[in-house]
Amino acid sequence: MVVAVRPPEARQLKGVELMAHLYRRAGFGATRDQLEAALARGYEVTVDELLHPELAPPLEEDLIYRYWPDMKESRQIDPAQSLWVYRMINTQRPLEEKMALFWHHLFATGFAKLNHAKVMTNQVAMLRRFGLGNFRTLLVEISRDPAMIFWLDNHTNTKRVHNENYGRELLELFSIGIGNYTEDDVKNCARAFTGWTLKPTIPAAQPYGRFDWEFEFRPDLHDYGEKMFLGERGRFDGTDIIDIIVRQPSTAQFLAMRLYKYFVSDTPDQSAIDQLANVGAESDYDIRSMLRWLFLSDEFQSEKAYYAKVKSPAEHVVGIMRLVEDFTFPKHGIRDIALECRYMGQDLMNPPSVEGWHVGKEWIDTGILVERINFAAAQVGDVGKPGVQKIVSRLRGMGELTPEQLVDACADLLGPLQLGDMTRAALVDFASKDGNLALTPGDRAAEERVGAMLSMIVATREFQLV
Amino acid sequence: MSGNFSTPPTLVVVQLTGGNDALNTIVPYGEGLYYDMRRTVRIAQEDVLPIDDHFGFHPSMRAIKPFWDAGNMAIIAGVGYPNPNYSHFRSMDIWYTCEPDKIATDGWLGKTVHEIDPRAENVLTAVNFGRGLPRALSLAGVPVASVAQLDTYGLLTSLSSVPRRQSALEVFSCLYDDGWNDQGHPTEAPDTARPGDEVLRYMGQTGLDAQKGADILRTALGKYQSTVQYPNSSLAQSLKGIAQVKLADLGTRVFYTSLFGFDTHATQLPTHAKLWQEVSEGVAAFFDDLRAHDKADDVMMLIWSEFGRRVKDNGAGTDHGAGSIAFILGDHVKGGMYGEYPSLKPTDLTLGNLKYSVDFRSMYATVLDQWMHIESEPIVNGSFEEFAIV
Repeated sequence: MVVAVRPPEARQLKGVELMAHLYRRAGFGATRDQLEAALARGYEVTVDELLHPELAPPLEEDLIYRYWPDMKESRQIDPAQSLWVYRMINTQRPLEEKMALFWHHLFATGFAKLNHAKVMTNQVAMLRRFGLGNFRTLLVEISRDPAMIFWLDNHTNTKRVHNENYGRELLELFSIGIGNYTEDDVKNCARAFTGWTLKPTIPAAQPYGRFDWEFEFRPDLHDYGEKMFLGERGRFDGTDIIDIIVRQPSTAQFLAMRLYKYFVSDTPDQSAIDQLANVGAESDYDIRSMLRWLFLSDEFQSEKAYYAKVKSPAEHVVGIMRLVEDFTFPKHGIRDIALECRYMGQDLMNPPSVEGWHVGKEWIDTGILVERINFAAAQVGDVGKPGVQKIVSRLRGMGELTPEQLVDACADLLGPLQLGDMTRAALVDFASKDGNLALTPGDRAAEERVGAMLSMIVATREFQLV
Repeated sequence: MSGNFSTPPTLVVVQLTGGNDALNTIVPYGEGLYYDMRRTVRIAQEDVLPIDDHFGFHPSMRAIKPFWDAGNMAIIAGVGYPNPNYSHFRSMDIWYTCEPDKIATDGWLGKTVHEIDPRAENVLTAVNFGRGLPRALSLAGVPVASVAQLDTYGLLTSLSSVPRRQSALEVFSCLYDDGWNDQGHPTEAPDTARPGDEVLRYMGQTGLDAQKGADILRTALGKYQSTVQYPNSSLAQSLKGIAQVKLADLGTRVFYTSLFGFDTHATQLPTHAKLWQEVSEGVAAFFDDLRAHDKADDVMMLIWSEFGRRVKDNGAGTDHGAGSIAFILGDHVKGGMYGEYPSLKPTDLTLGNLKYSVDFRSMYATVLDQWMHIESEPIVNGSFEEFAIV
């Protein structure tokens, strides 16, 4: 008799695990209060809310700029980064902000070459505005984006002297990918984008500071000639090229792959990619529709996707700040928080090259790990922080806690976090040194024990995952 | 002389961030054009510390001049690269990656460390004193410790209670157990392979390396004994940290640190003076400390900046320029002025800036081949003429 043995199916996540997973991936995490409220509404309702950020209030920008006028101008990269980190911490539209970060990873544009921070802030604002909409529209917008134009030299791409930089990267990195076009396609793509340039820029003279760069189409610089591109012939300009690009099946595959890897797991399942690509093609590249399918898919809700990725520095920093509920109002010190991302290897709006950051385990090295651990531990170890006080309150409500209960409760409230056996044993060992914990109100020493346990948990390698 | 040393050669790199004004550092006070172009932001002839009747040091460099007098300082003038870039970040990256024409991510010192320690057996082969990691040291797979302050460096520094922190660090290595015990068997039974497992194992190794590095670095302070007084400035304190680690003989071969503030578009005279006082006194104390322990023999220091500044001043300061100046210091340095001090003649300037005469990669190649005994070509991406500095 032959017994067929099937490998165990990965279980589907549910309850608070699933909701926390959704908020971590579709946003920057959520507190236990927020998760409970979301659970009451239900998973699908929450997914739809996330997908419709316009239903939530936007950030009060005039408040931000009143306290931090340097951010409005963004003369330097530091205020621009501080502004974006503040937004990520405080947004009530987490998916909208996460999409801006997602697209920034893809359309990686770097301040180092631009030397102009405001145009980077403007580009991120554009990614925020168009990030959940139509991919074709987004490709047009990024092609017209002044920061991108300068970054990939398209302002020097004219009918007399071509510059293929943007034309190439549009195909190689931003859509169909290597192997799906020829060098002639690159050449003609570049020709189509000639004349997509910048209005003459105003020099950065003090005291007027920086003026925004603006897109300008220069017909006198444009190559109106006939072009062959991906098998089609015509007097194409940039918009026509993008229309042809989105007609390619490889575009659907590319987009599905990028979304899947970012939101689900670094080791994609080809059949899931194919299905997602289909959703893309059928919805005319509506990102919202693709994400809806994704978040409601079995793959996303599977245990195999759970904590399957390494947190980027931005997710790590912003996640911790949202957890401790600090910087909910403009105050001194936001720059130090923003700089943490830089120290951890993600200089926002200044990726090392157009290929963007190397993700996954490449986010981690010895120096970065020390920075990640120390930052997170210092934040959650500060029992005065509102978010930490909320955790203390919840623990107090559980009565006297044994070391095991303390570890499990803290790991639950920080996630819920999945701890390996050795990790859990080590944490219990640490807690056992002080015996049982009774959190009587006003007992500062007892609260410090909670702070210390939270510090240890955020120091674990499990906590580096998302 | 590229002789044999009892201990392997060490390189200390000091980055002057912002674009140091070369013209006011080694002042061509014998050149009339200097005073013509620098109406305000100038060093008077009587203030200069003379090298000869044409060039002299900025008066703030009093503490570092003895290196020159003893023949232990190489001054390399007119350092740069073709098509100078006037953006701090871009120019820095060019110096970091030796790629003037394209954006690159691998740092020359990262590649150097990889040559020295290909299997990353010593996590302290390179130590940076400063936060974050300069791209010069960046290369995938190369661990570099970034220390803000040696006495507070370590893991979980926020745990304020000493016994609790002690207990935390004891437990830490169990948190990062890499899954393999001494006999090479997995200590944890592998589950049905989860995508995160390989990453967890990698992080395990990284965490243990980080802890090992921190533990070892901590011993440096304990071993340190010195009568040398360092100034209280941030650079001097970083250099002190470097000295402490160097003297602890932890196998570090590359040290890095930086001083910010050289972007003197305005109020240059007082600012530049203060900065060079900080650099000179810090560097002097550092070498004094090493010499007091008889450990200066295997150390060479490179001081550099990402570009020089505009020949004509703007009334209160100077704007970005080209043609930087670099210094190489050490007991084994053949002192002297290398490279050609750029001409100030208006017809010799490009966009009002000095023309470079020495490619910075020549300087790197010299240090790598002749001092570190490491083949420079793959690191600096080419073959460059070298100086006989060592």
